[in-house]
Amino acid sequence: MKQLLTGNEAIARGAFEAGVVLASAYPGTPSSEILANLAGYKEIYAEWAPNEKVSLEVVIGASMAGVRAIASLKHVGLNVAADPLFTFVYTGVNGGAVIIVADEPGQHSSQNEQDSRWYAQSAKVPMFEPANSQECLNMVKEAFALSEMFDTPVFVRMTTRVCHSKSIVECGERAEQAVKPYVKDASKYVMVPANARQRRAVVEKRMNDLKAHIEKSPLNFITKGGKTGVIASGVCRHYAREIFGDSVTYLDMGFTHPLPDNILKEFVGTVDGFYVIEENDPYLKTWVKAQGFADKLKDVLPKYGEMTPDVLRRCIGLDIPPTVEYDRSPVVPRPPALCAGCPHRGFFYELAKRKDLVVTGDIGCYTLGFAPPFNAMDSCVCMGGAFSIGHGFNRALAASGTDNKTRAVGVLGDSTFFHTGINSLIEVAYNGSNTVCIILDNRTTGMTGGQEHPGTGKDARGNKTPELDIAKIAEACGITPVITVNPNNLSEVNAALDKALAHDGPSVIITKWPCVLKKSDDKEKYPALDKFEVSEKCTACKLCLRCGCPAISADKNTVVINPVQCTGCGVCEQVCPLKAIKQRSENGD
Amino acid sequence: MTKSILLVGVGGQGTILAGKIITSGLLSAGYDVKMSEIHGMSQRGGSVSTHVRYGERVQSPVIELGGADLLVAFELMEAVRWLEYKKPDGLLIVNNYKIKPMPVLIGSAVYSNDLLNALRGYSDIFEIDGFNESAAHGGVITMNLLLLGAAVTKAGLGSIEWNKIIESEVKQNFWDVNKRAFERGCELAK
Repeated sequence: MKQLLTGNEAIARGAFEAGVVLASAYPGTPSSEILANLAGYKEIYAEWAPNEKVSLEVVIGASMAGVRAIASLKHVGLNVAADPLFTFVYTGVNGGAVIIVADEPGQHSSQNEQDSRWYAQSAKVPMFEPANSQECLNMVKEAFALSEMFDTPVFVRMTTRVCHSKSIVECGERAEQAVKPYVKDASKYVMVPANARQRRAVVEKRMNDLKAHIEKSPLNFITKGGKTGVIASGVCRHYAREIFGDSVTYLDMGFTHPLPDNILKEFVGTVDGFYVIEENDPYLKTWVKAQGFADKLKDVLPKYGEMTPDVLRRCIGLDIPPTVEYDRSPVVPRPPALCAGCPHRGFFYELAKRKDLVVTGDIGCYTLGFAPPFNAMDSCVCMGGAFSIGHGFNRALAASGTDNKTRAVGVLGDSTFFHTGINSLIEVAYNGSNTVCIILDNRTTGMTGGQEHPGTGKDARGNKTPELDIAKIAEACGITPVITVNPNNLSEVNAALDKALAHDGPSVIITKWPCVLKKSDDKEKYPALDKFEVSEKCTACKLCLRCGCPAISADKNTVVINPVQCTGCGVCEQVCPLKAIKQRSENGD
Repeated sequence: MTKSILLVGVGGQGTILAGKIITSGLLSAGYDVKMSEIHGMSQRGGSVSTHVRYGERVQSPVIELGGADLLVAFELMEAVRWLEYKKPDGLLIVNNYKIKPMPVLIGSAVYSNDLLNALRGYSDIFEIDGFNESAAHGGVITMNLLLLGAAVTKAGLGSIEWNKIIESEVKQNFWDVNKRAFERGCELAK
């Protein structure tokens, strides 16, 4: 049956057809929908893990047990999972194991831009690189076959436009796989040095065998055209055809580790010169140069950023399509902002008023607290780093004796807390840090689209689970005070900040209110709220604009609350010095 | 010949659902179809775009500068932001609805009152009063379907069985309001 699927949906479909039994992931743009879709197949046990390292470990266990298993993660998630990965390559698999890694050229929703193909090279993992949804489906099936044939975990490398573009896919049927009995074998699975040294040699031999195998792979192929050549991988294969049509000779690279040498020689022999079109680092370019073909390489494309047909045309010097000539000066930037009713707003409003604070932030919607009007964040580096970075800052000031006024406070979200923030909290507790650890608990993984996590009380398939209690975890670490507040109540937030900052030791503040995009089932704890409006008492002082709420706008003499956008959080009502903001007369509008 | 439709708006305006419906419709009509959009942080009230391309054989899922046959702006300023993606002889469908970006809300920038006027001078343009029209036909949450109705009509795709497609992409409770808005959009664009 023909369907229009995103790359992520097609990966899930391919895994289903390949007979996958277990899937584990932590959400991360642009990979999140893979696991969400896998959870829709009743034949597959699909779960959210607290982080990528854990998810890969779960896959290792499942593979040992003899079933096909899949992990999906974003590029930076692979950093988290790198520890098990490098040794998983040594043990190899029993049931097939595939890792989908999604890179983000152009950093639409990421803190860096890295190229996972280097991981394939460094960890010695074979890698597929699909260009479209049909290839996603096909390649994930081939990846499982290859995994079992060569006793190795296998990568499928995606990029944003492959993950989130839809194209037509011919789907097949699920092929159930016989479970491979687990056989106890310490020399394969127990990586103590004596065994690991033996496996190290196995890995080298495997890579040599894979290289011989891949020299003949139909996934890397030449399409003859003109005397100009193009080597391309991933979605760039389509971009290249968009701008060159069939006027050039192509070397399509669907399999990018290990790399085949013979076909490259053959390709180079048929062209006068060639471009290498790829996303992120010059990975294929490095290969081509190492093979001694630098003289024919037309090295004109950028080394970073998203590759698009526009970029290609401009860098290669092709004709550029005409555009409308117009004055762009009235266009105002539209950066993302906390939603109307976002429970982070009240917290950041109060935090921004504090002096002498350094706010070490983290990865999530709340990172937007760095932006105007709050400007209430000083750093954002990696998942879970807020508390430990804050601790390092505070300890450095204390140890160097240079500054006794500045204080770092760490801010991260609930899902980030369970990801790796919990380790940072333990660091703070263990080392007696006076870092204030603030967890913005919006009851979901907000940024990536509202996935469940260990604190929400539900698993990936909607089943009830124990709801891990962040306050009790903090208390179990010996931290006091641990204060839970409603972030929409500014005086509660203020009092909590006062108390925590007065304490010379570890402290925790938990702001607890559900994400406005994910309505809570618990209507008693988190009731729907009445919307607000501006009354005639308003003098247009515009203090309420400091809430940074998208529902509030002002002209010279009037302030208006958009009744469609207002969710009734009430932060602006508390900010208004004239009590000119009140609940709408008609409930709920 | 590959055709390109670019839907642009503000995160939360429903461009993703509109893109889903239009691509499903194009698939049912036998076209090769590709669609691309960006998820994640930009959806939090940022500028968003859904690229739709269809024809006999589509290569790139993304539309180039000067590449859109039809630019559908769900919000006025977004029309100006993305206008360079439209072919000079392509059509702009613009919703006159304004959503002020954060720099305007906090007073550090101005939302020009002259945008619609300027657009009329730059381009072949079809204007829609999306807020009031949708409020009168299905409710403001269906503004995306209203614009979609206008878009498929102007794109010459009116013969596809859109009601069926809407039923397959939207929850049953919302069939009626969405169809009403969609049909109103078609009517306006005829």
